Amino acid sequence: MHDSHEHIEDNGLKARVLKGTGVNIAKCYQCGKCSAGCPVNTEMDFPPSVVLRLLQTEDPLLEEKLLRSYSIWMCVTCEMCYGRCPMEIDIPKIMDYLRERSLKENKVNPKAKNIVKFHKAFLDSVNYTGRLSELGLIADYKMRTFNLFQDVALAPKMIARGKLHFIPEFIKGTDKLKSIFSKTINKK
Amino acid sequence: MKIGLYPGCSLKGGSREYKESVVAMAKAFDIQLEEIPDWNCCGATAAHNLNHELSLSLPARILSLAEQAGMETVVVPCAACYSRLTIVQHELNEDENLKKKVVDILEMPYKGTVKVMNIIQFLQHYILEKLPAKIVKPFDYKVACYYGCLLVRPHGILKFDRPEDPQTMDEAMKVIGADAIDWAFKVECCGAGMSVARTDVVGRLSGGLIKDAVDRGAEAIIVACPMCHSNLDMRRPDINKAMGVNFDIPVIYISQAIGMAIGIDAETLGLHRHFVPVDLPEKELKTQMEEK
Amino acid sequence: MARIGVFVCHCGSNISATVDCEKVAAVAGQFPGVAYSISYKYMCSDPGQTLIKEAIKEHKLDGLVVAACSPRMHEPTFRRAAAEAGLNPYLCEMANLREHCSWVHDKTEATTNKAIDIVRTLVEKVKRNTPLFPIRVPVTKTALVIGGGVAGIQAALDIANAGNKVIMIERDPSIGGHMSQLSETFPTLDCSQCILTPRMVEVAQNPNITLYTYAELESLDGFIGNFKARIRKKDKGIDEKTCTGCGLCCTKCPVKKIPSEFEQNLGFRTAIYVPFPQAVPNKPVIDRKNCTYYIKGKCRVCEKLCPTGAIRFDREDEIIEVEVGAVVVATGFEILDTDFFPEYGYGKYKDVITGMQFERLASASGPTQGEIKRPSDGQVPKKIVFIKCAGSRDPAKGIEYCSKICCMYTAKHAMLYKHKVHDGEAYVFYMDIRTAGKNYEEFSRRAIVEDGARYIRGRVSKVYEKNGKLIVSGVDTLLNAMPVEIEADMVVLATAGIAGKGAEELAQKLHISYDQNKFFSEAHPKLKPVETNTAGIFLAGACHAPKDIPESVAMASGTAGKVACLFSNDELTREPIIAEVNRFGPPLFSTCVGCYMCIPVCPYQAIEKEQIKDRSGNVIKEVAFVNPGLCQGCGTCVALCRSKSIELHGYSNNQVLAEVVALLND
Repeated sequence: MHDSHEHIEDNGLKARVLKGTGVNIAKCYQCGKCSAGCPVNTEMDFPPSVVLRLLQTEDPLLEEKLLRSYSIWMCVTCEMCYGRCPMEIDIPKIMDYLRERSLKENKVNPKAKNIVKFHKAFLDSVNYTGRLSELGLIADYKMRTFNLFQDVALAPKMIARGKLHFIPEFIKGTDKLKSIFSKTINKK
Repeated sequence: MKIGLYPGCSLKGGSREYKESVVAMAKAFDIQLEEIPDWNCCGATAAHNLNHELSLSLPARILSLAEQAGMETVVVPCAACYSRLTIVQHELNEDENLKKKVVDILEMPYKGTVKVMNIIQFLQHYILEKLPAKIVKPFDYKVACYYGCLLVRPHGILKFDRPEDPQTMDEAMKVIGADAIDWAFKVECCGAGMSVARTDVVGRLSGGLIKDAVDRGAEAIIVACPMCHSNLDMRRPDINKAMGVNFDIPVIYISQAIGMAIGIDAETLGLHRHFVPVDLPEKELKTQMEEK
Repeated sequence: MARIGVFVCHCGSNISATVDCEKVAAVAGQFPGVAYSISYKYMCSDPGQTLIKEAIKEHKLDGLVVAACSPRMHEPTFRRAAAEAGLNPYLCEMANLREHCSWVHDKTEATTNKAIDIVRTLVEKVKRNTPLFPIRVPVTKTALVIGGGVAGIQAALDIANAGNKVIMIERDPSIGGHMSQLSETFPTLDCSQCILTPRMVEVAQNPNITLYTYAELESLDGFIGNFKARIRKKDKGIDEKTCTGCGLCCTKCPVKKIPSEFEQNLGFRTAIYVPFPQAVPNKPVIDRKNCTYYIKGKCRVCEKLCPTGAIRFDREDEIIEVEVGAVVVATGFEILDTDFFPEYGYGKYKDVITGMQFERLASASGPTQGEIKRPSDGQVPKKIVFIKCAGSRDPAKGIEYCSKICCMYTAKHAMLYKHKVHDGEAYVFYMDIRTAGKNYEEFSRRAIVEDGARYIRGRVSKVYEKNGKLIVSGVDTLLNAMPVEIEADMVVLATAGIAGKGAEELAQKLHISYDQNKFFSEAHPKLKPVETNTAGIFLAGACHAPKDIPESVAMASGTAGKVACLFSNDELTREPIIAEVNRFGPPLFSTCVGCYMCIPVCPYQAIEKEQIKDRSGNVIKEVAFVNPGLCQGCGTCVALCRSKSIELHGYSNNQVLAEVVALLND
């Protein structure tokens, strides 16, 4: 649900979040229901209600802290927070917004580097073949993380169950995909 | 009857038994599922986590292809792909400027008129009514129907079932004779895309929900999402490690359960592809003995 | 030639900030028919009014246009001034230069020109005004009080003790309302029934009060001072005069397992029942929906055993008509049930209860004799979690407002629990602690500091049941949103207060306004909190908005004061702005053709048929007639009449046309 854009007065954080996500963070009254229902709240340095509070301060130092936080990458976008929020605040959208900025501004939390690498490996495969090739994803991920031995035991089991294809499938429109990527995430 | 199918990447690879069972089940009811020609990955979690426009464009291309192929209805068995396609369709329909931006990126026509269905809606529309007549082996087990996150949330956009304690999968399982139990983790997250990067989190979350189902007497967990299946099934060793217990409860796709009930053989349904063996005890003898 | 006086008000700077008042006065002075025109800073003030009165006398004015704020604000003020100076008040009109002009435009020449246009329009109208005289109607000095809760009881007693008659109707078998269900009341921890029942008995015994219980309002007609109410007295199944209230029938009734509404479904009652031992009147009623005789045609045990033969089957409801001068609406409120909350179990879990159910558990006369016990297994809970704001302040659930009473009663519940179960643990999940009344803050602090209730600032995301315990997943926002999970024996939800059942239908029967939450609307939130927009109908208690007992009682007394004030006159004057169907001499008698389309269209049912007869009594013609006692001057019939036979005094066709023409001619 999009909030009114009438009150954008300045270029402060609240206004920018409103423009980027359609969410007016002033609505949050810090009840904490989102944090209470978040499945990974114990893993986060800032559970969702605290993320909202940091945004509400519009303090550039705290904004920086947020973009460098682990929380935004730990979030699994299960949408439980949004589902229970009494003010219907689209927290998953805010998380996506913060993630995109964190990546663009090169502020990814060191602990979260693996998670980002996984996402990048995923998208590399999509960019290249049009679909996700699981073998390609794992190979790419291992190369990015230098973790050559993770899940190695799984590979034979997956092969035995016919779940691992060695030859990736290319769609016909790979040009189109590359064009999409170059106009969006790979835009200079 | 021909209906469009968007399998998504998981159904091609790591969760191929889901697609195999869906196609076999549909065929048993004279429904032909036609894959959207030259479909691409919907972007799943990775795209919307890293770039908003990319996360809109990838699903938009899929929907555009479906429209161009003349498909009015598309069934999307993967809950994550269903979520992406439905949400993107909704966002673009609500915002003309955004739609135009995406159409510019795609350089493809886009109307936003395709009806996107998840597997349970597919069952409700095309299968459940005719199902009782085809049952040869009632699925006489206590089951915990696990919906996961993305089938029911965000409720405002998906408008499917009820976001707390949903009932549609339970109702479908009851049609084939299952005893769908009431349990507490129907819509709690399994750990989602953290399967590789934070396997420990999946172990804890998926473990918690398996424990609740088992504690309440479930003999099988029914799922409708390949990510959930993978976390509950493939990652069972990590779950057992996190919980300190060896759980052996099988995780079965809804299409497989229905396939089993209407007599499709286990190999066609891909049951052998699971990591946790689907070893459900034979019930017939028991009921015969009870009748005596 | 008319001699109109124009008085342009600056209204401080409300009007003069954007309108050039001096210019308006000057130009108006040049209008034909205007004998005097002036502007002044505050027309409504004492000197302003004196200015008007003196001008009337000095310049022999025969009409006034006060160009100022909205007539809704000050029309009575200026009409009174005119009357005091000897001018018929209906020759005074207001031109709204504020809401219609200065407040909605910027300071430009166009704005001033618009103001001048408005004044000219009204001048043309006033030239065609005729003197009108108020209509006098008698006042029936009886009040109808709808609702027998604490607010209704207080209002009834106050009105009766002022020497007026009161008719009280209550739809439940007994009066007392929700207050009679409470165990102890904050902030004093008085026993609720102990302080209420004396008042209930007073109502029953007061010679000025007629009490009808198990009765509802069927319809209300009329207007202030002269209402006609039809009351449906539902059939109780007993003869109230013969019944002694011995209660034998209730003990012998074979249908014993009906969930008791009074016990909030935690206890049972019989089909013939008295809702609670202290009921007033203490006479039973037969619940037809559950009585074996009415369902299957058998039983009638109560009739056989009644020592005075007071049981009566198969009677009809009785409809009685009463005439009253004022109506007090005191119908109270309800609270949400636990099934409203998907994340707390949709009402599935027996040990997740509402605040009101907790009251019944805590009550000495309740289903557990005052011991806190789990509804599921009767065990005493060792850990109770209280969840505040369950439904309130929750736009996602459709309730934006705060229910006001829950912070206090939750503190009270925590205290009562700790007093009864010394080793019990009470947790309260809250967003805020709103305890603003007198002695309220001290009360809530007592719960925390002295009685050891643990308050956690954060909301609960989910409650589910496992192995007989309730798992509560909350959070402590004061500790960086640390998750807090509690395995509780019982969960008490402080659910939102909502409008009572049937509130909307009642409001429509009474023709009073209500808001989007179905609470009844006051006439003005600050200055008219106990009146409605419908003259003669007043509000008391929680039907207006959720409130506690001190506020309900205060509001009821305030309402009673208004009613007593109304009844202190023998006559009421009504505004003469009413419609009239024209009458002429023979042979025309009236241009009305007798189509009577005006009758169904009148919202106040004020139009009737009148027979015009000759001296022998033969009917010459039948035409429409507007009852001057009922007409509210809305003008619907005037607009509708196809033969243009109806005129609205004060807004005749001539006057309105003159305004339009004046506006069109520059």
